[in-house]
Amino acid sequence: MNDEISAARDDALAQIDAADSLDAITALDSEVIGKRSTLAMLKARLGGLPTVDEKRAAGQAINDALESVGAALSARRTEFGDAALGARVAAERIDLTEYIGRSSRGHAHVVTQAWQRLEDVFIGLGFQVAEGPEVETDWHNFEALNMGEGHPARGEFDTLFVDHVAPGDQPGRTVLRTHTSPVQIRTMLAQKPPIYIVAPGRVFRRDTPDATHMPVFHQIEGLVIDRNITIADLAGTIEAFTKAFFGADFSSRLRPSYFPFTEPSAEFDIQRPDGSWLELGGCGMVHPNVMRAVGLDPEQWSGFAFGFGIDRMAVMRHGVADIREMFTNDIRFLEQF
Amino acid sequence: MKILLSWLNEYGDFADPSDAAAVARLADTMTSLGLAVDGYDTIGTTVAGVITAQVKRLERHPEAAKVQRVYVDQGDGVERHVWCGAFNMQPGDVVPMATLGTRMPDGRTIERRGILGIDSEGMLCSADELGLGSDHSGIKVLPVGTPLGLPYGEALGLVPDILFDLDITRNRPDCWGYVGVARDVAAQMGIGFRPPNPTTTAVGSTITASVELLDGERCGRFTSTVMSGVRIRPSAEWMQRRLDAAGMRAISNVVDVSNYVMLELNQPNHAYDLDALGGGGFRIRTAADGEQMTTLDGETRTFTAADLLICDANDRPIGVGGVMGGLDTEITDATTTVALEVAWFQPLGVMQTASRLGLRSEASARYERGCDPYVIDTAIARFAELLSETCPELVVHAGSHDARGAGLPEQARSVMVRVAQVNRILDTNLSATDLPRLLDSIGYTVSGHGDPDGGIVGGTVEVALPTWRPDSEAEIDVIEEVARHYGYANLGKTIPKSTVHGGLTLHQQRRRQLREVLIGLGLSEAMPNPFLAPDTLAKAGLDGRAISITNPLAVEESVLRTSLRPGLLDAVAFNASHRRTGVKLFEIGHVYPPGIGELPDEFEALCVVLAGDHAPAAMAVWREIADALGIGARVDQARVPAGLHQTRSATLQAGKGPSGAVGEIDPAVLRRFNVDQRVAILELNLDEMLGRAPRPLVWKPVSRMPSSDLDLAFVVSDEVPAEKLEKAIRQGAGNLLVGLELFDVFRGAALGDGRRSLAYHLRLQASDRSLTDADIAGVRSEVIYSAGKFGAELRS
Repeated sequence: MNDEISAARDDALAQIDAADSLDAITALDSEVIGKRSTLAMLKARLGGLPTVDEKRAAGQAINDALESVGAALSARRTEFGDAALGARVAAERIDLTEYIGRSSRGHAHVVTQAWQRLEDVFIGLGFQVAEGPEVETDWHNFEALNMGEGHPARGEFDTLFVDHVAPGDQPGRTVLRTHTSPVQIRTMLAQKPPIYIVAPGRVFRRDTPDATHMPVFHQIEGLVIDRNITIADLAGTIEAFTKAFFGADFSSRLRPSYFPFTEPSAEFDIQRPDGSWLELGGCGMVHPNVMRAVGLDPEQWSGFAFGFGIDRMAVMRHGVADIREMFTNDIRFLEQF
Repeated sequence: MKILLSWLNEYGDFADPSDAAAVARLADTMTSLGLAVDGYDTIGTTVAGVITAQVKRLERHPEAAKVQRVYVDQGDGVERHVWCGAFNMQPGDVVPMATLGTRMPDGRTIERRGILGIDSEGMLCSADELGLGSDHSGIKVLPVGTPLGLPYGEALGLVPDILFDLDITRNRPDCWGYVGVARDVAAQMGIGFRPPNPTTTAVGSTITASVELLDGERCGRFTSTVMSGVRIRPSAEWMQRRLDAAGMRAISNVVDVSNYVMLELNQPNHAYDLDALGGGGFRIRTAADGEQMTTLDGETRTFTAADLLICDANDRPIGVGGVMGGLDTEITDATTTVALEVAWFQPLGVMQTASRLGLRSEASARYERGCDPYVIDTAIARFAELLSETCPELVVHAGSHDARGAGLPEQARSVMVRVAQVNRILDTNLSATDLPRLLDSIGYTVSGHGDPDGGIVGGTVEVALPTWRPDSEAEIDVIEEVARHYGYANLGKTIPKSTVHGGLTLHQQRRRQLREVLIGLGLSEAMPNPFLAPDTLAKAGLDGRAISITNPLAVEESVLRTSLRPGLLDAVAFNASHRRTGVKLFEIGHVYPPGIGELPDEFEALCVVLAGDHAPAAMAVWREIADALGIGARVDQARVPAGLHQTRSATLQAGKGPSGAVGEIDPAVLRRFNVDQRVAILELNLDEMLGRAPRPLVWKPVSRMPSSDLDLAFVVSDEVPAEKLEKAIRQGAGNLLVGLELFDVFRGAALGDGRRSLAYHLRLQASDRSLTDADIAGVRSEVIYSAGKFGAELRS
């Protein structure tokens, strides 16, 4: 019987070897290991063997033979399957540079991109983001900021007035905010210190548009009110911002200046790696009169504020020659960023 | 403020104009004090090789029409020939001549280049070519008597000088005068400060120009001083040159001295011809409404009761207080006696008058910032001292008048300064004894050396405030002075120890998310002008009620937008006109509808425009946004928002009122905006949509059981929104429905007019078992029944 087993096995292996397609292998499957295969038939005859040992030995031999035939089938099946996939892959070649259509990506406005980058840097420095109305009361935009009626500094803001009249008030007391400082006022009125906010937003000045000015532009201001805040905290915060936003090889300085709502007041400049200075914005220690206007005791609290233009950050980053270009809404501009 | 270094050096040894490093250090010092140097130029440098020469004779050449032959003498008696393209000089004129080999500022080198074979031995120069001004219309003709053969700079007494351009902040009126700048800088540099110290010249007989001060609030002090022996003539060359550097034209000795004193001491003043002064004196009063006067600039001005006039003793107006003098009492060549006015006017009043008249003068600019009322005596003496240089017979008469009013600021003011407060604000470690060093030299005189027993760390000192710093009133003002002279650069840089964590509000986070979704959908963000023309809202089919700017730059930009739509429609039209049709734009920005509260009903809005797209494209954007942000709204096509397509638009209703609009722009509106594509639109009120917390996302278990699909097509009237049918299908299918999708819409004659077929794909699945045929049949009949309530029939 052992010879028959070997012969059947060898015959099956030879047939498998000779098969020339996946279909042929599939057809062989039942023929060489199925119920009607020679090896299966031999199994049926095991019962006729005289001893248990012989039965066991022959049974084992048949199983071994079936296993090797099965393995051979599987190997050839894989072989043909791989070849077929290979052929399909080869036939599917395409040129990936045959690109039809154009980019469908949308674009955030370049000012928004600068705005969010600035927000993110200040959030990293522990600031919350505050917002407020763009049409403001004279009180929030000027009076609470130590610029009462007739204050000479008001003249420098080139204010746009609107015809809205608050109930019980007289005309001419509603303005388009000239800075986002009224958001500082609203925040100080709405919450108790400690306050760490930046206020980005749209602001308005009665400025004839030119390559570097728009009557409608964007600004970000910061305000900190806490116990024992000093001018050194202001300088250190400006320095940390400068390095985070512009790069570690930039630095900053403060130099004396004047704003009605801060004292001491300063301009802050940043120094580029080539040593040149760029005037960036204004800042200072919150004026005691501003604190009193919002009901904070300047003996208990102190703070600093700063502010600068957002649009200019975009202009500088991308080398835009004319700021007006950013607001034409020309898709050929918008798509560049 | 222009500051000429040689002039500044009168008051201290600041820097040698020829020492570039010292000049740069001085500039840095001024900037570090808050006197920001916007820039500085070297002036008065000369071109080497250009010498003075005299024109001997002129000759034309028949073949050279555009040039002439000039024969000059360089002082050596030799006649030299040059070709010249200018014709403005006469024989005898002294002119600057660039000799052979001279290198001109523009890079040219003067060569013996001839014309028509005749050599030129140099080049005659224009003012412009030599840095003597901007005149390039002809050859610079030098003053008669200029010596010949000298470098022209030497002949004219030119020396290199530096002109600084300082940006003076509003709190530093003192620095509108040389003395103020010098005082501050000398203190910082630790060098001697030499303010002018004029002594009044001989006092003559008593002649008084009377002063009747009627408005002592507006005019706190008014002095008149009579000086005779005046001879009107040109000022000395040095004074003319200094005034010229300051941008002032030299006129005559009296006017020039007046201006010089103003620039030096920041004290405007005015000299009247006493003989032309009616009644020989002054009356200072407010104007009558409608009163008129012609000012020095020749304009006739009309005044109101809020303006202050200087009148003569006969009450005839001769000047606008603190702003400008009148034409009639101007100094003339015949003037021999002047009445000098040196006064102090209230800043706010001057500012308001100057602003109302649209008349800003050097005087008004100074008075409105605040002058020192106690420098007046020095100014009078300085005027006399300087004028006597050109009028040796000048007599200052006794009987000068010094009228003072209630508005005159106090001379002695002081403030208590706590040393601990200085250190608290500046993070310094100063003691009371450090303060005099920082403050005394700028006129803030410190007295007392702290009060160690007062319980205040470091004590308290009294600081007298200088009369030239009207901005200084409180402790914090002195602290700023301490900081300036301590040096901002020497202050520390620390980071506050905050207990606040940074971050965005929910609304801000969701706005960013919204923007990401829109960008992901291929939309680009626009930023149109929020100001509209008066007719734009009506053009867009929107309610025309809006807030207007009362002082707009242009009427086309005078209305505050109540909708983002017009701006984006303009952007669509603009891009189409540049061959970019089909743009997809959005804007997130404020709109400002009128309101009855303290402020308008301003809110944040989103507008999306899809040029070339139909309404469903806008619906698709809305669905993406709603899904991403977890918001919802009813699409109410029965309420067509203003300005939108009547049959393709809907109001989005989330809360009580409308929260948005979706659909297409009304074709009539498109025509008015010159847009010839369809425009799909979506608008949302973001204050409403983003303000609310999103629906919480709660986990639903994913069924492991097999699902079954069921396709059903219904024929239903066009009157029934698909949304309603879908709702009915959902109700009918119950909780076995896990997916519902409209996959086909068909209209055709076979279905009848006003009806369409809506084909849906339903996916059914139970969470706990495989569905049986009976389950599916059950759902099918329930759905058909439920849909039937809207008249929907199963399409067979």
